[in-house]
Amino acid sequence: MAIAESSTEIPQPPLAIVRWLRSIALLRESWVGMLGGGIVALFVLMAIFAPWIAPFDPNQPILPFAFPGDAAPDGGTFVLGTDHQGRDLLSRIMWGGQRVLFYATAATVCAYTVGIFMGLLAGYYRGWADELISFVANVILSFPVMVLYVLIIAKLGASGANIIFAVVFASSPGIMRIVRGLTLDIATRDYVIAAQTRGESTMFICLIEILPNARGPLIVDFCLRMGYTTITIGALGFLGLGLPPPDPDWGGMISDTRAFITGGFPHMAIIPAIAVSLLVLGFNMLADGMREVASRD
Amino acid sequence: MQFDDSAPVLEIKDLNLSYFTRAGEIPAVIDFSLTVNKGESIGLVGESGCGKSTVAMAIMQYMGSNGAIRSGSIKFKGVEMNEMSPEQLRNLRGSEISMIYQEPFASLNPSLLLGSQLKEVLTTHEGISDQEAHERAVQLLEDVKLPDPERVMGAYPHQISGGQQQRVVIAMALLSQPSLLLLDEPTTALDVTVEAGITKLIADISKKYGTSQIYISHNLGLILEVCDRVFVMYSGEVVEEGTINSLFTWPKHPYTHGLFGCIPLPTADKNAAPLQPIRGQLPLPHERPNGCNFGPRCDHFQEGRCDRGIIGMDYVSGASGSDHRVRCLRWNEIDYGAEVAHGEAKPPMEFGDEVLAVENMQKYYEVHDRSLAAMIKGRSVRYVKANESLNFSAREGETVAIVGESGCGKSTFAKVLMGLETATDGEIMHAGEPIGEVDVHHRSTEQIRGLQMVFQNPFDTLNPSHTVGGQIARVIRKFGVESDPDKIRERVMRLLDIVKLPRDFFYRRPRQLSGGQKQRVGIARAFAGNPSMVIADEPVSALDVSVAAAVTELLMEIQREHKTTLLFISHDLSVVRYLSDRIVVMYLGQIMERGSTDEIFAPPYHPYTEALLSAVPIADPEVTKREIVLEGNLPSVLNPPAGCPFSTRCPRKIGAICDDERPPVHQTNTGHAIACHIPLEELREIEPVINVPSLDERLHVQNPEVVAD
Repeated sequence: MAIAESSTEIPQPPLAIVRWLRSIALLRESWVGMLGGGIVALFVLMAIFAPWIAPFDPNQPILPFAFPGDAAPDGGTFVLGTDHQGRDLLSRIMWGGQRVLFYATAATVCAYTVGIFMGLLAGYYRGWADELISFVANVILSFPVMVLYVLIIAKLGASGANIIFAVVFASSPGIMRIVRGLTLDIATRDYVIAAQTRGESTMFICLIEILPNARGPLIVDFCLRMGYTTITIGALGFLGLGLPPPDPDWGGMISDTRAFITGGFPHMAIIPAIAVSLLVLGFNMLADGMREVASRD
Repeated sequence: MQFDDSAPVLEIKDLNLSYFTRAGEIPAVIDFSLTVNKGESIGLVGESGCGKSTVAMAIMQYMGSNGAIRSGSIKFKGVEMNEMSPEQLRNLRGSEISMIYQEPFASLNPSLLLGSQLKEVLTTHEGISDQEAHERAVQLLEDVKLPDPERVMGAYPHQISGGQQQRVVIAMALLSQPSLLLLDEPTTALDVTVEAGITKLIADISKKYGTSQIYISHNLGLILEVCDRVFVMYSGEVVEEGTINSLFTWPKHPYTHGLFGCIPLPTADKNAAPLQPIRGQLPLPHERPNGCNFGPRCDHFQEGRCDRGIIGMDYVSGASGSDHRVRCLRWNEIDYGAEVAHGEAKPPMEFGDEVLAVENMQKYYEVHDRSLAAMIKGRSVRYVKANESLNFSAREGETVAIVGESGCGKSTFAKVLMGLETATDGEIMHAGEPIGEVDVHHRSTEQIRGLQMVFQNPFDTLNPSHTVGGQIARVIRKFGVESDPDKIRERVMRLLDIVKLPRDFFYRRPRQLSGGQKQRVGIARAFAGNPSMVIADEPVSALDVSVAAAVTELLMEIQREHKTTLLFISHDLSVVRYLSDRIVVMYLGQIMERGSTDEIFAPPYHPYTEALLSAVPIADPEVTKREIVLEGNLPSVLNPPAGCPFSTRCPRKIGAICDDERPPVHQTNTGHAIACHIPLEELREIEPVINVPSLDERLHVQNPEVVAD
């Protein structure tokens, strides 16, 4: 027992933030993940700094039908051109990115909160709670997703909150299934039984003992789902069910200018379409990279 | 390929094997030589990470994508295997060399009939007709003593038991009459009585077919029962090799000698002759020391000598050691006779008041049969009688062992004690309070902290997401032992001291710990609330021999200090004999026999205890055992025999009464109880199963020069 008496000074472990950064740094092992993370980071930075770096006011008509590279009347350049109302596309992409990323993140986080709660409930209690939750989830999942979105937004009206609600409604059953499956497995581990035998509350067991051990697959799924939600918001905008105008929204931008694709001004629709694809691609590659790194150790 | 039948079946010379990882080249096996003659059984023992399975993989010429044979030769019947083409190797594998793995279920394809899997071996390698293959497969299934081979041929793997699956795997390996059989821990996943049957089968088969064997195991006792020669491996090297008798009686290498000090042999005793764990840890492959790999852990280490250069294998001279070799510079300088192979003696424990009393405890599970047929018959609910009328007690400071094979209900009983399940009937009193029908949410903090548990699986016992310190601190806070953060921290540190872990483990995460270290943290966690009773569910069965000895000793030391009552659940009678004061033997949810350790290990026995005793391998060639091999399988708990639960397999069954009537419980005045129809007087006359020679009759105290092998 004399081994440890001398070591009263114990090296402190690194702070949580340092450990987080170290885990993120593991991504360097995968070039797919690096590229994806880079794309996502670029969009995030662009969204955050849009008010300062956007060259023009996104809602101010200046010069309609300008091509990429055309000079603006009051100095400066329309790097990506303007739309049919004369608004600068680059500025609209930046501001639109802010909205898309904000609503995609908010909706996915809310969907995760609901999905994790339901999944833990079903996976930990099993029995009738599981049967009920799984049944409801299966019913929701049996609807075509797009129809579900259109129905909800058409009924409740197009607004940011309603888009979040629709995403939560449509995607939390899928999250619930993942969490439920992980919980079913983790709940049989000895450390969970140890927590049960010392009389821990169900809340403690679910949130402290089980959930942290399910984080690996959930983080990967979160990235993928961020991509899906980005597409969803774009699609809703395209259908005219997205965020209310005049603020820019990538889906809405494609929809507004699609008439001009064949009219000699394809860039108006193609540029926001590329923005959507690029961001979704970034999320998917990031998810792939994380899966690759996670499965290596 | 022209095989030379006069050459040894397998001849390995100066083999070096390496794995290539991101950290660079890691030598896995160094300087390995081995010769297997026709019909010979070679044992390969060692702890995990010693390279024994890598050797087997190299013999199969399958090192995976990151492994390679660096140098040396492997000759099969005189032909160099390293130079064979993939095509030639494919023909060799499965027809000339067969391998049997640990997990029988994983070696059988679950979606194919056993018959077609068996026949495939013959139709592929020998190209004979389906009919002929069928006949030979059936013949072999009979040889491995499977009842009703035709039924087995038409069954899927999940339709037969684990023991039967392993028999099928053995039959499959023998189908093409290989010259060499590689067995990698073939019985580790099986129950003891089933293991005994398989071990005997393997030994018989090598005689009948003249098959040579390489038997890989961590269990010295098993090696003793099936092999002619044994190779002891440590950290990638063979440290000692010799015939079974020579090596087991006169171990020369300090590691081999240390291993015997870690095994609870019949001569060990927890008070008079405790186990002596090997100190330190197995070095990681890239951190091996200079000179002797075992140096840093060796009591006979000499600086400037043992840590220099390369140490080769040396022949041990003397009549007994004509082919006994050892990799130690000091083998002839060390006099093991002068020192005892066990630790310091301690005074026996004194037992206090009764802490646990179990009376007529029952636990039934309802099983709902939702099939239409069951509903029509009106019998949709059936009961699994997991525990039936359990009676026993435990006193303060006492160690009571519950022994039984899988399905005997020992884990269910632990769950009821811990309050994860409630008893169906009967009473359990802990520290004077009834707890049998109170689940954990309705127990007081005092009751919960008085009864804690150490779990079996080291890889599951700690939450991988939290630090070691945090997990122990949580228990202290939860049980209200301390509330001030500094004091909690101090207490965790003291607990780490007690389980002999460095204090900086506080911030470690479980994945940075070895199996033995995790088990120590599990013990610290169980003792954090000063429990009056700890349930240990097979706490060392997943650990290596030397680690297990250290953990066992630690557990008993803490128990001794805290006067804790220990309820030790195990299937391993040798560990149980070593550490428990009283033993409860269970079978299919019922107590077959209970009494003090001495009473259980001497006649009168219950016939099941007798079979269990015979089944446990003992790593001592001078201990003789009466061989009792149980026939048949464990009955299903859903459909247990109406009379004595053991009646379907009992070798001493006296007649129909065993099948139909519950056996009476014979009590002696000392508290020894046996549930059997055979009268106690008759049971008393049974000869002892295990015969341990007295010390002066033993070979190792005599001069090896005199005793010819």
